Amino acid sequence: MAIAQRPPPELFKLSTNAWTQPFWDATQHHELLAARCADCGQVRMPPTPFCPCCQSQKIRWQSLSGRGEVYSYTIVERAILPGMEAHLPYVTAIITLDGADGARLISNLVDVDVAAVTVGMPVQVVWDDAPHAGVAIPRFKPVEP
Amino acid sequence: MRDKTAIVGLGATPYYRRGASSPQTLEELVGKSILAAVRDAGLAVRDIDGFAYFAGGFDTGLLTETLGIPEIRFSATLTGTGGGSAGSIGLAAAAIVSGQAEVVVCVGANQQGAQRFGSITSAYPATPENAFFSASGLVGPGHMFALLARRHMHLYGTTRDDFAEVAMAIRANAVTNPNATLRKPMSREDYFKAPMLADPHCLYDFCLENDGAVAVIVTSLERARDLRQTPVRVLGSNHGGARDWGRSIYWMNMPDETFASSGHAAVAKRLYAAAGVDPKDIDTAQIYDHFTSQVIMQLEDYGFCAKGEGGPFVRSGAIRRNGGSLPVNTDGGQLSCGYVWGMTHVREAVEQLRGSAVNQVPDARLALVTGGPSVIPVSGLILAT
Repeated sequence: MAIAQRPPPELFKLSTNAWTQPFWDATQHHELLAARCADCGQVRMPPTPFCPCCQSQKIRWQSLSGRGEVYSYTIVERAILPGMEAHLPYVTAIITLDGADGARLISNLVDVDVAAVTVGMPVQVVWDDAPHAGVAIPRFKPVEP
Repeated sequence: MRDKTAIVGLGATPYYRRGASSPQTLEELVGKSILAAVRDAGLAVRDIDGFAYFAGGFDTGLLTETLGIPEIRFSATLTGTGGGSAGSIGLAAAAIVSGQAEVVVCVGANQQGAQRFGSITSAYPATPENAFFSASGLVGPGHMFALLARRHMHLYGTTRDDFAEVAMAIRANAVTNPNATLRKPMSREDYFKAPMLADPHCLYDFCLENDGAVAVIVTSLERARDLRQTPVRVLGSNHGGARDWGRSIYWMNMPDETFASSGHAAVAKRLYAAAGVDPKDIDTAQIYDHFTSQVIMQLEDYGFCAKGEGGPFVRSGAIRRNGGSLPVNTDGGQLSCGYVWGMTHVREAVEQLRGSAVNQVPDARLALVTGGPSVIPVSGLILAT
């Protein structure tokens, strides 16, 4: 049994703009937000300046439950960068977020046996504070359906 | 644009192991491939009047200065990354057909001593968009495409044996190619013994990391008829892609019907229409093989089999040079011969249509070349004898 680790923290490089800042601000108090178009209701991830459906610039920030399911995943078992060895294996996963009309987040599965990961697995957000960036990183662990 | 231009010259450096091209500079490799292509065409450096690049391109000013090109009339680059390799030929053709230039160089080159492509995404600058994947450990393109591969397996029942068949079929072509980097035959056992890098992608699902340069010369079909080589006619070269593909591996929000694909479907449809041919007319396909799983998804997007049938298609032996209906990557591809941003595929298609390929497909008259599945634009090219 191999428990999924977290990727090397130095890989995370935060940069924000006016459109993504509210998402990252909310992570400081462990809240997961989705950018929903205030005019037509379309969710876009990551947040961008325009709604691809109606080109509106108005966003209604929606607080999500943090639940979701695994859409796809890869188990990283080998270092291709110096310093990766101590963090293996880790699981990079795409999570379909509940309540966000199918919008997905690129994230990680943690605290799980890598051999037990499946597509469709129900998951719940866990927060990893990233003091060097002043935000928290949303990651996910399995939950009972 | 159909049938108005031709590839008349071909030049390449050796395919070096990553870092082994030192102390040559990247511009030196580019220059060597251009000079070889000009000689091959029976032209002179002074005949060059245009450059059509992709993936960031090169410094036209420096190339003009160092090679002694008298005047440049066209210098343009397709946006995006390796997706534009096949489409750069179309950019050259557009310049020629519109009368802006006559003899246009398309060139691709890479040198990976300082930064290997296998971990290139970890070296990307911090941007608001990159912040949405950088924490997750997607350190290279092979890790990102593994997520598409896994979804394809989930939706369609594709297996690692299918990926293995792609790796073995393409390796078999490298075995008989003296220019190839990896010439040892690969068995199914070899494939499954390889280290797992980003499950389901193992080492042999990843392309090579070479240094090298490949250049081709494009000119009008009229002028091509007076040159040294038999013209290889450009029937079509298209680039672009649908919004549903977008930034693809950096976005990961493609609709489900597009996610487990190569993003080429829209371009493929336009390319066949522009060239006036169907998938069944293609004699050999040079498919951008950065990853085995993406070969399978491109075979689907280019209509050689139905969506989701790429696994059974390759498992039937269809892409084998010996006995297959569609010999793929007949030089050994980027998986086993050499990686030069997809220009190796253009090179091999030209060799096949000239009848001078090391692993010649009998009576090859029509060849498909694809650019690398990545962000928009992706591209395709159909060439003919």
